[in-house]
Amino acid sequence: MARFSPGFGGRRRSDAEGLPPGQYLTRDFPVLSAGPTPRIPLDRWEFWIRTETGAEHRWTWPELTALPAEAPTVDLHCVTKWSKLQTSWTGVPVASLLSAVESTSEYAMVHSYGGYTTNVPVVDLLDGKAWIVHSYDGKDLAPEHGGPARLLVPHLYLWKSAKWVRGIELMTRDEPGFWESVGYHNYGDPWREQRYQGD
Amino acid sequence: MARAAVPGRLTARLAWRAARLVDVTAQTAAAHSLSLEVPGWPGHLAGQHVDIRLTADDGYTAQRSYSLSAPAAGDHVEITVQRVDDGEVSPYLVDSLQVGESVEIRGPVGGWFVWRPTDPQPVLLVGGGSGIAPLMAMIRERRGTGSHVPFRLIYSVRTPDDTLFAQELRHPTTVGTGLDISWVHTRVAPPGDPRPAGRIGLPDLVAHGWPADFAPNCFVCGPTGFVEFVADALVTLGHAPDVIRTERFGPTGG
Amino acid sequence: MTDENGAADVVRAADTDGSELDGNTLAGPLGELFAVDLTVASSRCAGCGRVDTVAQLVVYGPDPGWVARCPGCASVVLRLVRSPDAAWLDLHGATSIHIPMVT
Repeated sequence: MARFSPGFGGRRRSDAEGLPPGQYLTRDFPVLSAGPTPRIPLDRWEFWIRTETGAEHRWTWPELTALPAEAPTVDLHCVTKWSKLQTSWTGVPVASLLSAVESTSEYAMVHSYGGYTTNVPVVDLLDGKAWIVHSYDGKDLAPEHGGPARLLVPHLYLWKSAKWVRGIELMTRDEPGFWESVGYHNYGDPWREQRYQGD
Repeated sequence: MARAAVPGRLTARLAWRAARLVDVTAQTAAAHSLSLEVPGWPGHLAGQHVDIRLTADDGYTAQRSYSLSAPAAGDHVEITVQRVDDGEVSPYLVDSLQVGESVEIRGPVGGWFVWRPTDPQPVLLVGGGSGIAPLMAMIRERRGTGSHVPFRLIYSVRTPDDTLFAQELRHPTTVGTGLDISWVHTRVAPPGDPRPAGRIGLPDLVAHGWPADFAPNCFVCGPTGFVEFVADALVTLGHAPDVIRTERFGPTGG
Repeated sequence: MTDENGAADVVRAADTDGSELDGNTLAGPLGELFAVDLTVASSRCAGCGRVDTVAQLVVYGPDPGWVARCPGCASVVLRLVRSPDAAWLDLHGATSIHIPMVT
């Protein structure tokens, strides 16, 4: 059988130890899209959390950015196999936003401007596991990377870190989001290589 | 229509096969035409494209579509690839793949953006950057079949140095009579050129396209913004939407 | 609020970031699944009713999957994901698909 494309390495720079299975290290920050990049003026931007009873809490941009923020440094793992280590962000822990509402929901659907959705168990948004971030690498988060604000939940594959985040809907039953409903794994743990349904 | 999962045990109907690089022609500093040998190539229509797949040693794959820039010639096909900065596939094809080495190819595919010599209508081709590639297949098919169908090409490039197929297009007698070519230079025009540098506009299409009542078939190919502008402009000029066929290329037009 | 495709509140294609392709590029991926060339088929957008050939849909991809959107309203018309041993196809964004056939 002929050997194809000798020397092709894609965007890889190296294989590093300590990466989840099947991942390679990149120094780029690839941009993957499912649609046009939304442009939301900050004076119209808002973030909401809606509970299973319909109760809602909203934050404007000034309100969100006034909240106590953290500066997590985390590794990113994309289901398309690239990993980017030690990325620096600034944002508000989702746990502190969730504390503004009363809910017994176990499931959440994260909604983005532009219509993207992804489902995450509520427990995976608490306890220092998730933030609504608005800056990356010391600068305002660029639109191509999800600015003005995105969800960051780095212990799951990066498609769960919804760009252009606009709200979290708390649900009584789990429902698949955009990629989960067309073949990607419902949970998406990179360490168990849960890329596709059935993995 | 409901969603459906298609189990992998169905054989893929359109198969990948080996394509060996046999020749390279540098079109510009960033774009090469690659001549590939594909045993058993079934032939193709002008305007069709192929998918090229690269595989790394660990099984990682990447694939992209490239237009066939020449008519079928037995087992040899030509694609024209422009290097996209930080791209995954085009830098490998332009800078790394050596003559004698192989990639995987799937095709020909794409039955919509196609010109057939049996179509009698005049043809307007509008290309931006590397979007000229499928249009070159049409131009060369026309010459090769001795077609007398009137063709007009409007080719938009940043500077004269960014012209792909410059040999053929800047000396149009080599592409056959009945092909009129006009140029849009968006950043730097040749010295003395009556058209100053600037993006394509309605006046270019009016001056160098076909009147709408000639009912030409229009083929527009290039970066997405270019294609959207030109297609909308042609409709504004009275061309029926269903005679305008478009193909959007990626960041640099392929 | 927006529907699941969220097209209503997106500032559209004047903000193209230049990376969009179109349905022509789906000829190969869809050709793995269908005996007919679907890129010459017409689809009616379930969001706005506009009819376009599949070739004219605005397409994002291939990673993490193919997403084809209506050129008019940006609603998702078609999605295609390819895993190592399967393909996933969602066409619920198309009310109907018209495929020209030769008898």
